[in-house]
Amino acid sequence: MSDAQTQIPVTVLTGYLGAGKTTLLNRILSESHGKRYAVIVNEFGEIGIDNDLIVESDEEIYEMNNGCVCCTVRGDLIRVVEGLMRRPGRFDAIVVETTGLADPVPVAQTFFMDDDVRSKTRLDAVVALVDAKHLPLRLKDSKEAEDQIAFADVVVLNKTDLVTPDELAKVEATIRAINPAARIHRTTRAGVALAEVLDRGAFDLSRALENDPHFLEAHDHDHDHDHDHHHHPSDIHDVTVQSVSLRGGEMDPKKFFPWIEKITQMEGPNILRLKGIIALKGDDERYVIQGVHMIIEGDHQRAWKVGEKHESRLVFIGRELDAERLKKSFDACQAA
Amino acid sequence: MPTVAPLDLEGHCVAAVFLGDVPHFALADGVVHRLDHGHKTVQANDGLLAAFHDAANDRLITAGEDGKVFAIGAGGNAAELASAGKKWITSVAAGPQGAIAFASGKTAYVRFADGKTKEFTHPRSVEGLTFSPKGMRFGVARYNGATLHFPAAEGKPVELEWAGAHTGITFSPDGAFLVTTMQENALHGWKLADGKHMRMSGYPGKVKSLSWSAKGKWLASSGAPAAIVWPFSGKDGPMGKAPLELGTRGNAMVTTVACHPSQDVVAVGYDDGMVMAVRFADAKEVLLRRPGKGAITSMMWDKEERRVAFGSATGDCGVIDITA
Repeated sequence: MSDAQTQIPVTVLTGYLGAGKTTLLNRILSESHGKRYAVIVNEFGEIGIDNDLIVESDEEIYEMNNGCVCCTVRGDLIRVVEGLMRRPGRFDAIVVETTGLADPVPVAQTFFMDDDVRSKTRLDAVVALVDAKHLPLRLKDSKEAEDQIAFADVVVLNKTDLVTPDELAKVEATIRAINPAARIHRTTRAGVALAEVLDRGAFDLSRALENDPHFLEAHDHDHDHDHDHHHHPSDIHDVTVQSVSLRGGEMDPKKFFPWIEKITQMEGPNILRLKGIIALKGDDERYVIQGVHMIIEGDHQRAWKVGEKHESRLVFIGRELDAERLKKSFDACQAA
Repeated sequence: MPTVAPLDLEGHCVAAVFLGDVPHFALADGVVHRLDHGHKTVQANDGLLAAFHDAANDRLITAGEDGKVFAIGAGGNAAELASAGKKWITSVAAGPQGAIAFASGKTAYVRFADGKTKEFTHPRSVEGLTFSPKGMRFGVARYNGATLHFPAAEGKPVELEWAGAHTGITFSPDGAFLVTTMQENALHGWKLADGKHMRMSGYPGKVKSLSWSAKGKWLASSGAPAAIVWPFSGKDGPMGKAPLELGTRGNAMVTTVACHPSQDVVAVGYDDGMVMAVRFADAKEVLLRRPGKGAITSMMWDKEERRVAFGSATGDCGVIDITA
């Protein structure tokens, strides 16, 4: 394992054509923030900045030859990252822009599944740009728009000036329904503070949940299996992605680890993301866990604070998840 | 005792080769260094990504981030051969009659010696390419297999299918076999006469370096704590036979292999910068270079079979003299 100090952070930028990705990229490349970015784009397109470190690359999705249909990587990224990392002194971080229709999963999985990429870079966060005006339409005509939101750590809800406050509230409720764990920023002209999208450490187990101290608390849906969200977003979109939030006390590690392994093995294709803080019986440190499809990672994060409630929280974002079964089997992992 | 003449440079060495009897070291920043009565340099690509030693013409063909292809000749000549726009050129190869091939994205280009070029567009990215040792034919490694083109003639390419992402490609020196490296930790091969498949798996890491031994009797590979050397002398290649495992170390991975030009000996470079020479017959090892700063990325023997030029990921390059 390579030293985290030398691993270059990678931000993945998703969003439909017209959502504001180019505007945000231009800001990242031109604003003075003291950092240099290498940017991997699908087409040079409208980035009006001449920069040697803008690399055009054809999105190339490779299924791994291991019989697992959700084990996909972006082959072109492996090649481009390898090339860039041969001269690492030129930049401090990498931004990957995906095409409008792109599935964010292969991009993210590349940073977990390819040993070379993994040793030199680390996935920092997946940022989805969403056009407030056109989101309802996008959600109707494509699965990808929903996937992009479901998969994001940060959602930039852009072009808010083009909708009424009521429309905006509905769109935001829809985003929240698809992904209760994401941070949402309302913007016009992609005017989000760059610190809110770059260097987030969203995939860094020790930081992921520090960014969101109220993880799973602020949006604590009642996950009955009729899955009726408080915000009733369904008048603009029939959400096919659902989230299942689980809460429990201390877990028996002998039960919890086999359980999470089995769930991700069996339900992997349906799980887009999972994140959680687990209180393990007899362990005085918080255990954090995250996953993408069948890939899971977990590690101790920090000691429980004095007086902190030893509680386990876990959220699954995916499709066709059996909330009832997940809840029952999760509860069964609790320590006696 | 072998002696090492070090050349400490800054940056990742993409190719260490001999042009004439002069060692050359092509670095990722596009500067090609040479030890020719002193340390001299020439600038090729603005960002060098791929290089191929064109033995027949005694030159190094380079390609890079600037979308250009250069030919570096002995004596420090760097001539631009081709340009393909703003996109990166990620692989390059040299073929018969002065032809070269290079690839950018989904397109492979062949440039003939007279300067004419021909384009070959594929449904997926061209990951690797190489010419066949016989005839005007080149192979492309791609997703789910390989494609063979005959650039001097019209007609359909030959498609060889095998599921998975194929990243690098080489023909056996007699042209009978085609072998690809894969995104998985494996090689795949085809016997071209009948299309028979050869699976060569079991590597703990990705295979990034391949080298055919004298007369193509063996194929040496990286990707394991030893050089994995497959027998190709039988008519079905390595099928049903176990490979040799040479230069095994417990705590290091082989990153580069370079077979001796005439004897069954392989120079083995490791991720800690060590270099050994190992004989196939008895697996006898000779230490050529102690561990250095970074992984060995490229090696080549000179024509006199006396010296090995090596380059590393951290720029500590050099020349090993095995007779000294």
